[in-house]
Amino acid sequence: MSLAASGARIVAPFEALDARTRLVAALSLVLVTVSMRSLSGQVAALLLALVMLRLSGLSLAQTSRRLLHVEGFMIALLVLLPLTVPGPALLSFGPFSMSQPGVARAVSIILSVNAAVLSTLSLLHTLEPVRLGRALASLGLPSRLVHLMMFLVRYQSLLRDEATRLVEAMRARGFAGRLRMHTWRTYGNLVGMLLVRSVERAERVDEAMRCRGFSGRFPMRANRPLTRADWRFGCALAAVLAALVGLDRFS
Amino acid sequence: MNAPEATPFIELEGITVERAGVRVLDRVSLTLQPGDRLAVVGPNGAGKTTLLRTMIGLQKPSSGIVRAFGRERRSQADFREVRLRAAYLFQDADDQLFCPTVVEDVAFGPLNMGLEEDKALEKARVTLAFLGLEHLGPRITRRLSGGEKRLVCLAGILSMDPDVLLLDEPTNSLDAKHVEKLTQILAGLDKSMIIVSHDRPILDTLATRAVRMKDARLEPAVLHRHPHVHEHLHVHVGSEHE
Repeated sequence: MSLAASGARIVAPFEALDARTRLVAALSLVLVTVSMRSLSGQVAALLLALVMLRLSGLSLAQTSRRLLHVEGFMIALLVLLPLTVPGPALLSFGPFSMSQPGVARAVSIILSVNAAVLSTLSLLHTLEPVRLGRALASLGLPSRLVHLMMFLVRYQSLLRDEATRLVEAMRARGFAGRLRMHTWRTYGNLVGMLLVRSVERAERVDEAMRCRGFSGRFPMRANRPLTRADWRFGCALAAVLAALVGLDRFS
Repeated sequence: MNAPEATPFIELEGITVERAGVRVLDRVSLTLQPGDRLAVVGPNGAGKTTLLRTMIGLQKPSSGIVRAFGRERRSQADFREVRLRAAYLFQDADDQLFCPTVVEDVAFGPLNMGLEEDKALEKARVTLAFLGLEHLGPRITRRLSGGEKRLVCLAGILSMDPDVLLLDEPTNSLDAKHVEKLTQILAGLDKSMIIVSHDRPILDTLATRAVRMKDARLEPAVLHRHPHVHEHLHVHVGSEHE
């Protein structure tokens, strides 16, 4: 099958679900996760996310590679919040003091962000951009935004190639980035040239589409109806999320 | 061969195109009869691409008349029909292939022509199979090789059942194997064509007559030759009796 070409080698149980189900599920998981007020609620949300991750079949290596981007920000928060949020000091060294509410805030943010990221990842990581786009469109996202996303997916690799070629051509003529006017002017030209080429590319794509009878509207595909598996998954998730909210509010 | 009373597919009459004060086409006249396979040769920048673009209304002439399929064409609405019947193969395949998967891209034209989705996809599959490309159907367009991209682009315009193919440097940057395959496919098609190319072998195989563009003009000696050209060009090499 063509799935091999898309790089999705893992057979995940979520693969069988409709893309719309997975999107709505991910969105509800994120919303519930960030609405947790108590520490126990946040920990429970993170546990739930870990369970989802396990179910999705995503390996530890893949997960950690993707999480790296997030954790950079988290470390910054962990350092900054205790120093900046006012409150009774937990620790102090010299002129710096780490406040108790600051630490609590940092921990709660880190728990929720990780829970949200992990659950989104587990539900959406095997979703091809094409299916994601269609699902977004059928969930009522404005079609312009969806088309923008689809064209971005299609043409970003061409843009990147173009940028790489330009940079290589610059280097081939001895360019090395240094802190001087010449460097900045060169980067300016590079960005300008990329913009010009992108606009030209967009015009040619538009012409090619008009040559095949395009008149401003994409014929949209009909949606397949949701299956029983979708409904079963949706109900189970709703029950779990309700329990999570209950635990958070009444414990 | 062509009956004199046959309506030409495309007729340009005294077309002049100016871009930023420069004459890109200078009073060019040209006729494409049904069955013609016209080679357009000439140096870079002579206006060959502009010539094709003018025929389908992508380039607006500053003066002159474009007639296509029996009617004069002026507005974009006029040209919409022309573009479906005179299909243009772009130089850069990436400009044309914008759909995520191959089969969707080939179905794009038929869908725009009003076919139901199932029928359009079926049409796309039939076209791909006709070109021996059915295995590419589910592939992601941006991951195809350069040669595959060009062939899929051809499928994308053939699926609209055009009468005329406007081929802009069809063999540009293709390897020998794909040039061979493309030439074979085109030779087997029962369609009128205008082929802009520097590639002599493909022109020798395909063209029934030739014109030369130079400095924004069509060379008149060649232009007026068309009734006699069939005598000395060896075309239709055993490919047209199916």
